[in-house]
Formats: sequence, structure tokens, C-alpha cells
Amino acid sequence: MSTVKTEETEKRETDPNPAAPHPGDLYPAGPERRLYWALADCWNVTRRTLTHYQRQPVTIVWQLGFPIVSVLLYGFVFGEAMAVPGDGDYREFLMPGMFASTMAFGFMGTTMAVVTDSTKGVIDRFRSMPMAPSAVAAGRGVSDLLVACAELTILGVTALLIGWEAEGGAPAAAGAFGLLLLLRFSLIWVGVWLGLLVPNAEAAGGLYAVAFPLTMISSIFVAPSLMPSWLGPVAAWNPVSSTVTATRELFGQPVSGGTWIEENAVLMAVVWPLVITAVFLPLAVRRFQALSR
Amino acid sequence: MSATDYAVRAEGLRKRYAEKKTAGGGAYKLALDGFDLAVRAGTVHGLLGPNGAGKTTAVRALATLLRFDGGRAEVAGVDVARDPRLVRRRIGLAGQYAAVDEVMTGRQNLEMFGRLFHLGGRRAKARAGELLERFDLVDAADKSVGAYSGGMRRRLDLAASMILAPRVLFLDEPTTGLDPRGRGEVWDAVRALVAGGTTVLLTTQYLEEADKLASRITVIDRGRAIADDTPDGLKNRVGGDRVEVVVARAADLAAAARVIARVSVTEPETDEVALRAHAQVDDRVAALTEVARTLQDEGIAVEDIGLRRPSLDDVFLRLTGHRAELEAAA
Ligand SMILES: Nc1ncnc2c1ncn2[C@@H]1O[C@H](COP(=O)(O)OP(=O)(O)O)[C@@H](O)[C@H]1O
Ligand SMILES: [Mg+2]
Repeated sequence: MSTVKTEETEKRETDPNPAAPHPGDLYPAGPERRLYWALADCWNVTRRTLTHYQRQPVTIVWQLGFPIVSVLLYGFVFGEAMAVPGDGDYREFLMPGMFASTMAFGFMGTTMAVVTDSTKGVIDRFRSMPMAPSAVAAGRGVSDLLVACAELTILGVTALLIGWEAEGGAPAAAGAFGLLLLLRFSLIWVGVWLGLLVPNAEAAGGLYAVAFPLTMISSIFVAPSLMPSWLGPVAAWNPVSSTVTATRELFGQPVSGGTWIEENAVLMAVVWPLVITAVFLPLAVRRFQALSR
Repeated sequence: MSATDYAVRAEGLRKRYAEKKTAGGGAYKLALDGFDLAVRAGTVHGLLGPNGAGKTTAVRALATLLRFDGGRAEVAGVDVARDPRLVRRRIGLAGQYAAVDEVMTGRQNLEMFGRLFHLGGRRAKARAGELLERFDLVDAADKSVGAYSGGMRRRLDLAASMILAPRVLFLDEPTTGLDPRGRGEVWDAVRALVAGGTTVLLTTQYLEEADKLASRITVIDRGRAIADDTPDGLKNRVGGDRVEVVVARAADLAAAARVIARVSVTEPETDEVALRAHAQVDDRVAALTEVARTLQDEGIAVEDIGLRRPSLDDVFLRLTGHRAELEAAA
């Protein structure tokens, strides 16, 4: 211990508020320490969202209300009337679509959370603190993925209760859930970007009007081969459709219209999210940096 | 006086925003136009100006949230442009809106921010407890912030900006939108912070607030510092105390002005609507007594008579030639 007064020790002696911790102690230098703190910051931001669900468990019920009600409505009300290529069972056809649409609509949750934080000044507070800037979005992403896992679990249980089962075996089913989470992962960055782009939560709510047709024009509810000829290809090339078709395949309930995009659904269910991430992750980062302009 | 006596220094800060409506058209809004500021360590410094003057822009630039286009700034001894991360370890910021999480409790908020300041779980908990006590939030500590009053929210926001005992605390309009009681609560909290040695830069549109809290005031208008003085110094610029008379009948206004003119050092000003005449005087009490006696002798009916210290409102009008818009509307 040297007796030379550093800036921080000097401050400690004269500080009238000695109970407060001192930054000098808290930010040891070095790349591995920095990585450690970036991960710690990310986890603390994640914990914040989990605390939200813990304090308001009813929000998760609302979030799941739509897909569960949809499963029951489409499955039982329309179930007998809806056509499935190859004479399949509509409920069986529907479940992968419900999984994927829950993942797809998840980006609205990300957008809402980010726009709320940015309009309420919470993001500015984070930015004025000496935490890792990447943790603001990364923490959001981790918690969104955890919530997505919970959603898939609850939906899966509902599906099992109404008689659905994965017929492709456990490894394939695990792969299907992996693809669903990959889709959700790529949409986190769309959500962060939009959340920083739109001016307020009301405007973000309007995105439903765009998101709803985007998910309807896909293979979620109806096979593209049964759509009008001008609409079918649009639906088939919708990135969400690749995930839906791929998971149908992996759950052992394949439905294919025979086009290239449908034949290569598993490949495309990996490619699409990577493309989306490659486009929107940099956009989100740029948007975040633009906050200081 | 050496440079280290200052906790904040800004020289010629410039900041221009791209105008949204004409994006791409190359139109810019100059929000800071050569802004200068020097805040002495351990003081409360007021940054006073009407809506749109550039207060928020100045604070955000100094607090590393906004890159500026020109000039130099130093906060807590660190160059803001060169080492923003080090600046962030030494400052606290409470923005124009209380930036706290509404779903979580007050305690959970402070613990979260403490962990994000790298205190570690146990120290973050302890610090949260201390701050809740200090800001008189113990009773509400475990309630959702959504249920807090405006004043409580502000105090929690202040507490969150104080977790590391910052050397410099930026407060952007800390009492805007609060009722008088909430305002008083925030004022008390700010006074306690300064007693603890923190330097505070506080922006406000409330002239009264700058007068009450700050030992020095910079007046900002259209992105420039147009005055920098003590509250009293600023008032002296518009002159000393004034004698003010409100007459009962409009016909008497000119006569009252003549009576005031006998003792005043400036030409009396009259307000036909309020039926008010006033002018600056040197010997306050003697002048007031003299005016009161003469008015009575001449049989002029008086509604009100008194001495008035010039308000910062007068200062603003004198310095800028226009009224502080929000004050006029309020
Ligand atoms: N993000 C922005 N884009 C464009 N102009 C802005 C932006 N923020 C503020 N301004 C403009 O800059 C000026 C200063 O604003 P601000 O610093 O918010 O003033 P104050 O806080 O004193 O009310 C205003 O004319 C405002 O319209
Ligand atoms: Mg402002």
C-alpha cells in the first residue's frame, strides 16, 4: 500500500457523503474484466424484464391469450371447414403455424418495450451510466428469448391437451423449436430498430396493422398452394412461412406445394433469420448510436 | 482561481440538429450557438431560459448523451469529447422526465441501477436502503413506482442519479409539472445534496426556482449564454427596489406617477390596465413613506402601495428584449 494520495483516496477523505461507493473501486481495467462487466450488465438488464413479469404475471397471460384463443377458435370453430392439402387434419396443420406466429408477433413486444423505455428516458439513463452500451439491447434480447421459451412451452402444452403430437421424434422436434427461437431471435433486432424509430407507444401500436396482414399472408393458417395464384408465391416466400413449413416437416406433418422454397424450407428457415439479423442488427446499432446525434 | 475550482466548463459549445421536416434538404437548427458556462465546484448553478432556449441540449451534451459539433467541454476534470465513459462515472443525470421503471418498486429500481453501476448485489441493496431513507421514500419503497406521486417519482429519480455520489449532478427542469408541494420536496432534496458536497447544474424555466436554489445563474437564450451572474447581481442590472402604487381610479394614474417621480431615480412606468405606476428608488423606506404621505395629501385613492424587488422576470425581459414565453403563458 503506497501512501501517495490518488485522486480517489483524496476524494474519500474529503467526501461529505462517505457512505456512497466510489467509482474508482468499481471499474478495474483490462479486457477480460470488461467482458465480465458487459455480461453482468446484460444479465442485470435481463433481470429487469423478468422482474416485470414477476410483478405483473398477467401480462404473460395477455401475451399468450391471442395464440391460445386462436388455437381453440381456428382448431374447433373452423377446424372442420378448413381445407388442408393432402386431406390432412387442420389442427395438426395449425399448431406449427401458431408456434411461428407467436414468435413472429413477439417483435411487437420488443418494439413496445424499447419505445416505452426510450420515451420514458430509461434508455437515456442507461446511456448516462458507465455500463456497457451493448447491454441495453442484449439484455432485452436475452429476456425476450426466455419469454419466447415460456410461450412455446405453454402453447405446446395446450396443443398436447387438444390432441396434437410431434410425430417426427424428439430430436426433430427439438430442431423445430430451435428454428422457432431462431426466428424470434432475428426479429428482436427488427423490434429494437422499430422501437428506436417510432416516436411513441401509440405509433408502435399502429404496427399491428402492418404486422397482421404480413403474418396472414403466409402459410400459418392456409397452405399457399390453396391461395389465389398471385398470392400463393408471396405467402410462400414470406420468411415466416419457411419456419412454419420447416417445423411442419420436423414435427412429422409435412405439407409442401412442391415449389423450391417449400422443398427447401428447413434450409430457408435458417437462412431467412440470418438475413434478417444481418440487415436489422446493424440498423438497430446505427439507430442506437444516432441517439447521440 | 485555478481551472480545477470549476466542476463544469464549456467554451463555445455548438450543436446543430438536422431539421426533421426538411431532412436531406440541408436545413439545420442551431440549438447551441457558442454556449459558454463555468460552474464552480460545490455550488448550485442555475441555467435559466425559456422553452426552446437550449437548456436540455446543453445538459445532454455535458452529460455525454449528445455529441456536440464544436467547442470544448470539461466535466469533473475530464474532457467530455475525449473520455465520455470516465465522465459517466463522475456524473449523475436526472432528465426532464423521471426516468424510472414504473412497474418495479422504488427499491427494485435503486437496486437495479446500483447493480448496473457495478456495486454488486449486496452493496446495491445497502445503497438502495440508504437512499430511500435519505429521500424519504421508505414507506413507499415496496410499492410500484406507477403508484407514486409526481414528487415521489422525482425524488426516486434523484436518488437513482445519486447512487455513486456523483461529483456533478445535472438536473433538467427537476420541478416542471410538479405541484407546489412536490416542488418543495425536490428543492429540499437538492439542498441536501449540495450540503453533501455535490455540484449541481440545474435548468429551469422558473425564475423563482433559480433565485431560491442557485448561487449563480447563467441566462440562456437561443443557444447562447446572455448573462452570468449572481441572482442579486442580475437583479441589480435592472436596478434596485421599486416603489409601486396601484390607484383606484384611472384618472389618478398620471398624478400618482408624478408623485413617484419626485423621489424616484428613474422615470416612472405606468400600466393603464392594472392602474399601476412604479419606479426605482434609492432610499427605499424614506421614499415609500414620502410617496404614501403625498398621495394622501393630494387625495388620491390608493388600492395598493409597496416596495417590490425586481424579479428575474424583469431581468429576462431586460436582457433579451422579449418575455420568457412560458412564464407569460403560466
Ligand atoms: N432532436 C431534435 N431535433 C431537432 N431540433 C431539436 C431537437 N431537440 C431540440 N431541438 C430544438 O433545439 C432547440 C433547443 O431545444 P432544447 O435544448 O430542448 O431547449 P430547452 O430545453 O431550453 O427547452 C429548440 O428550438 C428545439 O426545437
Ligand atoms: Mg428542455
